[in-house]
Amino acid sequence: MKKWTRRAFIGTGILASGALVIGVAIRPGNRSSKVAGLIAEEGETVMNIWLKISPDNTVTVIIPHAEMGQGVHTTLAMMLADELDADWSKVKFMEAPADKEYANYVVAKGFIAGNKTFPKFLEETIDGVFLTAVKTMNFQITGGSASVRFTGQQGMRIAGAAAKAMLLQAAADTWKVPIEELKAKKSTISHPASNQTATYAELAPAAAKVKAPKQPKLKTRDEFTLMGTSPARLDIPAKVSGQAKFGMDMIVPNMKYATIKAAPVFGAKVKSVDTSIPSDSEGVLKVLNLENAVAVIAQGYWQAKSMLDRLAIKFESTENDGKSQEDIFNGYRLAMDKALEEASLSEHYQSGDAHSALSGAETVVEAEYQLPFLAHATMEPMNCTAWVHDGKCEIWCGSQNPLGVMAAVAELLDISLDQVTVHNQLLGGGFGRRSETDVIRQAVAIAKEVDFPVKLIWSREEDTQHDLYREATISRMKAGLDQSGNPVAYSHQFLFKHHPPEAADLPYAVPNQLIQFTSPSSFVPWGNWRSVDHSVHGFLTESFIDELAFAAKKDPLAFRKSLTQDKPRFQKVLDLIQEKSDWDSPLPANWGRGIAIAQSFGSIVAEVAEVEVNVEGKVKVHRVVCVADPGFAIHPDGFTAQMESGIIYGLAAAMTGEITIENGAVAQSNFHDYQVTRMNEAPKIETHIINSGNPPGGAGEPSTPVIAPAVTNAIFNATGVRIRRLPISKTDLRVSIRQTT
Amino acid sequence: MINLTINGKEYSVEAPAGMPLLWVIREQCELTGTKFGCGIAQCGACTVHVDGKPIRSCITPATSVEGKKITTIEGIAPDENTLHIVQQAWIEEQTPQCGYCQSGQIMSAVALLNENPAPSDEEIEQAMSGNICRCGMYGRIKSAIKRASAALQASTSNPQLR
Repeated sequence: MKKWTRRAFIGTGILASGALVIGVAIRPGNRSSKVAGLIAEEGETVMNIWLKISPDNTVTVIIPHAEMGQGVHTTLAMMLADELDADWSKVKFMEAPADKEYANYVVAKGFIAGNKTFPKFLEETIDGVFLTAVKTMNFQITGGSASVRFTGQQGMRIAGAAAKAMLLQAAADTWKVPIEELKAKKSTISHPASNQTATYAELAPAAAKVKAPKQPKLKTRDEFTLMGTSPARLDIPAKVSGQAKFGMDMIVPNMKYATIKAAPVFGAKVKSVDTSIPSDSEGVLKVLNLENAVAVIAQGYWQAKSMLDRLAIKFESTENDGKSQEDIFNGYRLAMDKALEEASLSEHYQSGDAHSALSGAETVVEAEYQLPFLAHATMEPMNCTAWVHDGKCEIWCGSQNPLGVMAAVAELLDISLDQVTVHNQLLGGGFGRRSETDVIRQAVAIAKEVDFPVKLIWSREEDTQHDLYREATISRMKAGLDQSGNPVAYSHQFLFKHHPPEAADLPYAVPNQLIQFTSPSSFVPWGNWRSVDHSVHGFLTESFIDELAFAAKKDPLAFRKSLTQDKPRFQKVLDLIQEKSDWDSPLPANWGRGIAIAQSFGSIVAEVAEVEVNVEGKVKVHRVVCVADPGFAIHPDGFTAQMESGIIYGLAAAMTGEITIENGAVAQSNFHDYQVTRMNEAPKIETHIINSGNPPGGAGEPSTPVIAPAVTNAIFNATGVRIRRLPISKTDLRVSIRQTT
Repeated sequence: MINLTINGKEYSVEAPAGMPLLWVIREQCELTGTKFGCGIAQCGACTVHVDGKPIRSCITPATSVEGKKITTIEGIAPDENTLHIVQQAWIEEQTPQCGYCQSGQIMSAVALLNENPAPSDEEIEQAMSGNICRCGMYGRIKSAIKRASAALQASTSNPQLR
């Protein structure tokens, strides 16, 4: 994969080499001089900013998203290539550069800040047909399961269709034949009546002069040739040969290595550290006191780490030094009690009168739930290579947010964005962790002290103890049932609200609802963790609805069906999972089945877990059946892989995932005490996709929120023990098994 | 100065006492296919072969493998244009997601099949549970190993496994 290292080419102009550029004018102006020479290859035609055509008829798709295993480079290229009727065997991709000319920093910043409106000056200058495309593509953030939903649907497909329309027009003009008589197939246009054919490459120079259509016609689903199929992913061969380059793998001439230890208690400062280099230390170049952390630069990581471990660093005390996890949960309960007493909770959703309905209910079910902090634990520990020189900075990293990286570096060094170059690499896992810029800022703070490039590598211990964590939280839920077991009231008070805003919504038809939240302060840094708030609310809502089903003496699946009759997509998903999971078949003793369903990121996913709890209380998840309605799966195998991935990621968290605070610091340090699912613990996963015809939903996150409740509901089914505190490993299930056997 | 034989090539490198093989391979030999994941032999991302046996290079001192035959992910293919049977199976099953752990997974799988060309599910799980995949591709890894195992048995001669 080739990367652009120079400014990209937004605008319209003719290259010195003679190749034509038709760009999307984000801000019109003469970009010709900046463009010239950029696209490198002589004779290539750039149809618009998202694709170019080479003389050998290769189509290169420019992808504005980071590859972290979700197959986005392949899937987005497919969406464009399908609309273009390109020959898939000759389609390549390149990742778009992080460049303010390409994607405006101000806009990106607005997106980071959650402000999705566009500055007026930009609105006015966005070119008609590409308006929607630019709105989404000009952000380079990869997250929110958004790549296919927004970039693909509103960007790639339009870009492909527009280029095809231009190529067809060029052929019609050249051959002087009606455009309706032309056929486009496999990067070739033919006119059967006159027996003429031409490749896209041959037509491209003329096509680039054709005015881009205002509203290119998109294919209907029956016309798709690539979308809905599963071609081999383009990024996989390099990942099996060892050639794939992650941020960790960058080698820059004259580069040295650094590692770092931040204050164990968040926000603490370094009190003292001896920065002199002992004579017996090999290869150590510098010890740096960075105020809130100490870094060592050396000839290699090992030398840097050995030196760091020798240092006697003292940190200032903070008000959080003595805090324990119990203190945190107690603080949350107090905050909740206080907010309830003062009636100061914020409203998430309200309908009817939940209080009255609860007091008139036949049965009231009430529960408090508790969830732990979670670390991301990407396989590739955090790292960043930085080179600060001559008022410039170059960065090599794997980021979900390359423009955010660029902005952070420019701010830190007080230099203009023009002086920052970000070389984005493959990500060894993202899950939200690599949308942050903390590590990048550290690498720059280190690199600016020396005149050579430095690769900062975090140890796994640092990675575990200085993550930005999914919040620990508690939640209070209460519901009332009438005499027939129908829910008549639902009251839910939770802590913290990040995004997506609808995560705490109840998908079930309950007439009187009161959903509220409050946000106590927390000194533990928060970050986006795969599926974000859905990772919390999937567990809460789907555990509690299971409690209600039990109280109503109804089958959990039938209960969910009865409460989603206004949601035909839910009904179909539930029907299919009932069949595919053999829901109604008996299980051996000490086995249980549990179901959970949720809509997130535009996809509806249900999972049924089959678990066994043995006499030692050990839980084994044997099988997970997953039914997903993503509207339309562009790359079904890739979608299936994402379901599998999200399930295992969520399962690891549900079973053993727990970060705890002791003495103000994270107690866990590595995979021995922050345990994750391994192959011998992984269930067999069967995924079934429903292409319902709705707009494509996300793939990367929607299978994560429902696995924890599917498993705990299954444990309840097996043992009668309701797990209201995660992780599952905290609950001793031995007694329950003795009682039931 | 120590001398190491990696993928059939001789390397003379400076390695301080106790320096793990992982960092010699990655930083001095510039073979970056072998990954750093945990540093304490918990995740398997750094797996390489020493005389055909899988070891965790993050805890193996470089000095301890002098004179031995070291193989990394870059060295398992029979030649430049041919993939190892296991690598081929990995592509056919579309196994990797982020890909970071996959060098270690493949090295563990190759070692398993060298010892046991037709492993059962339980044997695969036992051999592979030291390798973490945070993208959770365990099902595909298992399928790929079975596919490689079948291919191996189908190829009556020259299984290309080292």
